[in-house]
Amino acid sequence: MIIIGERINGMFKAVNAAIQERDKATIQDLALKQVAEGADMLDINVGTATEDPVGAMRWLVQTVREVTEVPLSIDSPNLVTVKAGLEACSGPKMINSTTGQDEVLNNFLSLAKEYDASIVALCMDEKGVPVDVDGRVEIAMRVIAKAMEFDVPIDKLYIDPIVLPVKADQTGPGKVLESIKQFTMLSEPAPHIVIGLSNLSQGAVERKLINRVFLAMAIGMGLDAAILDPLDTELIDTLITAEMLMNRTIYSDSFLKAYRQR
Amino acid sequence: MTFEEPIEKWSSGVATVTLGATASEGGTRCRKIDIGGATTLPFLTFEGITPNKPVIAMEVLDCVPSDWPETLIKPFADVVGKPGEWAAKCVSQYGAEMICLKLEGIHPDSEDKSPDEAVKVVEEVLRAVDVPLVIWGCDVDEKDNIVLPACSQAAAGERCLIGTAKEDNYKTLVASCMADGHALIAESPLDINIAKQLNVLISEMGFPLNRVVMYPTTGGLGYGIEYAYSIQERGRLAALMGDKMMSPPVVCQIGQEAWNAKEAKATTEEVPHWGPAEDRGIMWEAMTAVMLLQAGSDLLIMRHPKAVAMVNQIIDMLMSKQQAAK
Repeated sequence: MIIIGERINGMFKAVNAAIQERDKATIQDLALKQVAEGADMLDINVGTATEDPVGAMRWLVQTVREVTEVPLSIDSPNLVTVKAGLEACSGPKMINSTTGQDEVLNNFLSLAKEYDASIVALCMDEKGVPVDVDGRVEIAMRVIAKAMEFDVPIDKLYIDPIVLPVKADQTGPGKVLESIKQFTMLSEPAPHIVIGLSNLSQGAVERKLINRVFLAMAIGMGLDAAILDPLDTELIDTLITAEMLMNRTIYSDSFLKAYRQR
Repeated sequence: MTFEEPIEKWSSGVATVTLGATASEGGTRCRKIDIGGATTLPFLTFEGITPNKPVIAMEVLDCVPSDWPETLIKPFADVVGKPGEWAAKCVSQYGAEMICLKLEGIHPDSEDKSPDEAVKVVEEVLRAVDVPLVIWGCDVDEKDNIVLPACSQAAAGERCLIGTAKEDNYKTLVASCMADGHALIAESPLDINIAKQLNVLISEMGFPLNRVVMYPTTGGLGYGIEYAYSIQERGRLAALMGDKMMSPPVVCQIGQEAWNAKEAKATTEEVPHWGPAEDRGIMWEAMTAVMLLQAGSDLLIMRHPKAVAMVNQIIDMLMSKQQAAK
């Protein structure tokens, strides 16, 4: 399971403040804490509040790179901001994210090729997020074909079925689960499948419970990457247990500890 | 569309364990031997590298073997009961790269030798040969726990491989090997979960995993080799996929298991239609070894010089492909 730490995001007040004040210590501390708790990658998102997203992205990436070598996920819908992040990022990196419209896909895939970056593709296009499973699978198919065309290897492609708040649409989670299952059969080998987990529980009261139950269900369907909060210990325990139950790691009596000693 | 070879990419590999310490490292061995380190399933030269070839350690007993058939005794007839000379013969005459000293004589049901006697044998073998040494206990926990620490201390600094540590009896041996700079054999009863759990427990004592060699227990040809094979293969896959707790290399008891089979032991007179006993036993041992090489064994404990020569030839052949692919 590829754990992508979500905490360096300008939507969080403390992070936003750190960006405004160019406070390195706060950001670096968050980066190191997430890596210590098992993050394999760190998501870097400047949020919406800043007036200079390009400068903020460049600063965030460089600040995090000073303390860790883990791959960074450059998170922005804006091509210019993403490019700035990729340029500033030495070592392994990921683009988060492109959508399925032809033009957007073309632009972002050529960027992925140019920077040898992995890339997240959201299952949405000019018509928005498909209401059903088939629509998502169709976009995913298109993305895979396009990635081949651009010579982006399948193991650098992360398909995101898009998780929406359960509070807004209770039929959504079931559709996401079915989509994940179908994505695993789209190609051989299958692309990575990733979700932004926390969106599921937006506005709900039992946020952590909802997140961790759904994560376990999604892992059962074939999910192999997630953007989530690695500092939520119960969530990570759930993830480790689901991986073990799916026979992706070898059981030992101390499997929680063994996983963390990897 | 062009054809693409379905090549697996692995994120990790088998750990490398170094055995034997030379004079410059505080030991008296002529050379050190690295085992493990592969980043692919065995010998798939197109998927990864196998930096170190599998090594055979020839077995030497501290007593006269009680259950070895005539075929097996014959090459050692002049040296059985004299462990030093036995080891020297293995190295000088049969080209053994390592010696595995089996302390069968300390077993309470055998000669019940004392720790002092065992230490003398260890010292004798260390003097007689200068190749790296494996020291293997008698599988009775109480006895091993008093004998092996003494042997460990006597061989301090030689970077021997000592075993075995088990899930319910590992602390004494881990402490000894840690103090005296040896590597450790971690034994599990054909159970991949216990193999992993034991590695977790051992590393929690602060013992480095790159000094652990796993002994997942060996099934001989015709006697559970398929099971042993699949356990080893699964362990190797886990190591390649990044499970650090399954990364240590693997040792197999080839000679012991092969020569325990009636197909290897039965005399020509007993079963004339099976062919000559000598060829049969040697082939049984060699076949067991070759099959487990394919499962991912890094260190093979073997007995008959002809089987050893045969398997060494096959190892060289498999490794030459590796060289060619480089």
